[in-house]
Amino acid sequence: MPENLLISLRQIRRVYGSGAAEVRALDGVDIDITPGEFVAIMGPSGSGKSTAMNVIGCLDRPTSGQYRFNGVEVGGLSNDQRALLRRHYLGFIFQGYNLLPRMSARDNVELPLIYNGLPKQERVARAERALDLVGLGGRAGHDPSQLSGGQQQRVAIARALAGDPRVVLADEPTGNLDTKRSAEIMELLVDLRRERNLTIVMVTHEDDMAAYADRLIWMVDGKVQRDGPTRREVQDAV
Amino acid sequence: MLFETLKLALASILRNALRSFLTVLGVVIGVASVIAMVTVGQGSSDQVIADVEQLGTNVLMVLPGQQAMGSRSMGERARPFTLRDVDLLLEAVPTIEAAAPIASGQATMVFGSENHRAQITATDARYLVASDWPLALGRNFTVGETQGGRAACILGETVREALFGASDPVGESIRVRNFTCEVIGVLEAKGASSFGTDQDDVVLMPIRTFQRRVAGNTDVATIYVAIEDGVATEDAMREIEFVMRDLRRIGETEEDDFTVMDMKQVASMLTGITGVLTGLLAAVAAVSLLVGGIGIMNIMLVSVTERTREIGIRMAIGAQANQVLMQFLIEAVALSLLGGVLGAVLGLIIAAVVSHLMVIPFAPDPLIILLAFIFSAFVGVIFGYFPARSAARLDPIEALRHE
Repeated sequence: MPENLLISLRQIRRVYGSGAAEVRALDGVDIDITPGEFVAIMGPSGSGKSTAMNVIGCLDRPTSGQYRFNGVEVGGLSNDQRALLRRHYLGFIFQGYNLLPRMSARDNVELPLIYNGLPKQERVARAERALDLVGLGGRAGHDPSQLSGGQQQRVAIARALAGDPRVVLADEPTGNLDTKRSAEIMELLVDLRRERNLTIVMVTHEDDMAAYADRLIWMVDGKVQRDGPTRREVQDAV
Repeated sequence: MLFETLKLALASILRNALRSFLTVLGVVIGVASVIAMVTVGQGSSDQVIADVEQLGTNVLMVLPGQQAMGSRSMGERARPFTLRDVDLLLEAVPTIEAAAPIASGQATMVFGSENHRAQITATDARYLVASDWPLALGRNFTVGETQGGRAACILGETVREALFGASDPVGESIRVRNFTCEVIGVLEAKGASSFGTDQDDVVLMPIRTFQRRVAGNTDVATIYVAIEDGVATEDAMREIEFVMRDLRRIGETEEDDFTVMDMKQVASMLTGITGVLTGLLAAVAAVSLLVGGIGIMNIMLVSVTERTREIGIRMAIGAQANQVLMQFLIEAVALSLLGGVLGAVLGLIIAAVVSHLMVIPFAPDPLIILLAFIFSAFVGVIFGYFPARSAARLDPIEALRHE
C-alpha cells in the first residue's frame, strides 16, 4: 500500500440484517484517497454512498474489510479511540446543518474545542477566527434560528474546521439550499481546501455540486461502479 | 471540561425552568420535610430537657412496672402503689425530703352554667412543694384535708378562666362528677408543655378524695420523691429500690415491678418518644425523596429522547461515551441538588415557623442539612445514571438520523 494514502478502504462490506432480510449496503468497496483530494461520491438512493461516508467518518463499523486512516487500522480501535480520531482528524458537515439550537453560533463552533480541552479564551479566539473565515464574523452571537440556511451551513463549516481537521466529510451540504447559496458554500469549501490543504469527501446527488470536486466516485448497489476525474478536471486538463 | 459540563447542565435546567421545578418538587418536599421534622424534633427535645431540668436534679419518680423503652413488660399492667407505700418509703429512707403520691384521671367540672373537662391530678400538699409550683390565689391543702379526704380543690389557670372568667373563685364550690368541691386556691399559669399540652388545664385535689369519689380504688400511680440536697441521686435511687422491693415483697430472683427514675431518665424517656416520632416522620420523608428521584429519572429519560440528535452531533464531533454520560449525570445531579437547596431553605423556614408557634427553641442541625444535600446528590446519581447511560450508549448514526 502506498505510503501517502490518507484513507484506504479495502473490500469493505456493511451488511444489515441477516438471512432473507439481509441488506448489503456496502458490498466490497475499495476507495483510496490521498491528502488534499476533493472527492465527490454520487449514486442513486440506496447505493451505499451515505454508508460509505459513515464508515470513512468512523461513525459506523464495517461488517468486514479493512479501513486504514493515515496508516492506522481503524477496525482495531475502540469506540473511544474512534471518538478521538473524529475529534482530532475529522470535521463533519451535514445536510440539515445539525447546529445545537438555543446556542449562539460562537458556542456551536466552540463545541468541538471544549472536547479538545482547550481553555475558554483560546476556544473563543479560535471559534471567532473560524467564523471570520466563513464570513460570519459579525454574527457570532446569533442563535441558529436567527440565521438563514446558508448562514447556518457556514456556521456548521466553521464548526467542522474549528478543530483543525485533516479531512472534512460533507453529507449533501447543499441539499437544503437554493442554487445561489449552494454555489457560495461550494466556493467556500474549494477556497478553504486550497488555503488549508484540506481533504474533502462529499456525498451529493447534484452534478453541479460534484463538479466542484476533482474526483468522482459513482456507486451503485453497494459497489463502486466508476471512479475517475470529474468533468471539470477533464475540462481543465484540456 | 467539568466546569463546561456543569454550565451546560445549568443552561439546560434553566431553559426548561418550569419543567425543572416540577421535576425537583419531589426532592424539594422530601428534603424540606426531613429538615423540618428533624429540626422541630430536636427543638422539642431541647425543650423537654430544659423543662425537666427546671424541676431540679433532686427529684425522682417512682412508677409501677418496667418503664424502660422497649422493655418486654412495658405494656403489662403492673401492681399500683398504695398510700401506705408512700408513708413507709418516707419513713424507711432518711434521705427523702418529701414524697408525694399522684393519681390522675379526667372529669367534667361545672360552675353555674359553665362546664369544662379537665385533667385531675390527685395528690397531697407536698406536691406543690416538690414540683415548686407556686399558687396565684388561695392556699395549699392542709394536712387535715388530705388525711380526711375533704372535697377541696386547687384550679389550674385554664380551668379557672373557663369556669369563672374574671371573678375570684376562692371560696366558691364547683361540681366534679357527683360531688361538690370547694375551691381553695388557683395555681400560677405555666403555659404549654414541650408536647404542646396545656399544663394549666388541671384540677388538683387530695388523693383520698379522688380515690373515694372519682376512681373508686386505692391506687397510687406515681410517687414523686424529693431527696435532700447534697445526697447523691444514685445512692437515693438504690435505697428506694431496696425499700420498694421489700414493700412489694419481690423475691430475690424476681425483677423489679417498678421503676425509679431521675429527671435525666425522665427526660431521655420523653425525648425518646419524640425521637421515635421524628424517626417515623423522617422515614416518610425519605420515601418522598425516593419518589422525587423517580421523577428526576423520568424527566432525564425524556430529556435524553428529546436531545437524541444533540447527542449524535456531540458524538460526531468527538465526544466520548463517558463525556456524554457525565453530561447527563451532572445534569441530573445538578437538578437534584437544586431540589436539595430549595428543600433545605423551605424546611428551615417551616421549622422556624413551627418552632415559633410551639414556643420551642429553633435548633437547626448543620449535620442534617449536610446529610440532606449529600442524600439529594446521591438521589441524582442513582436516578440519573440509567438515563445518562442510555444516552452514552446511543449509536451516533441512529442519533443523528433522529428527528
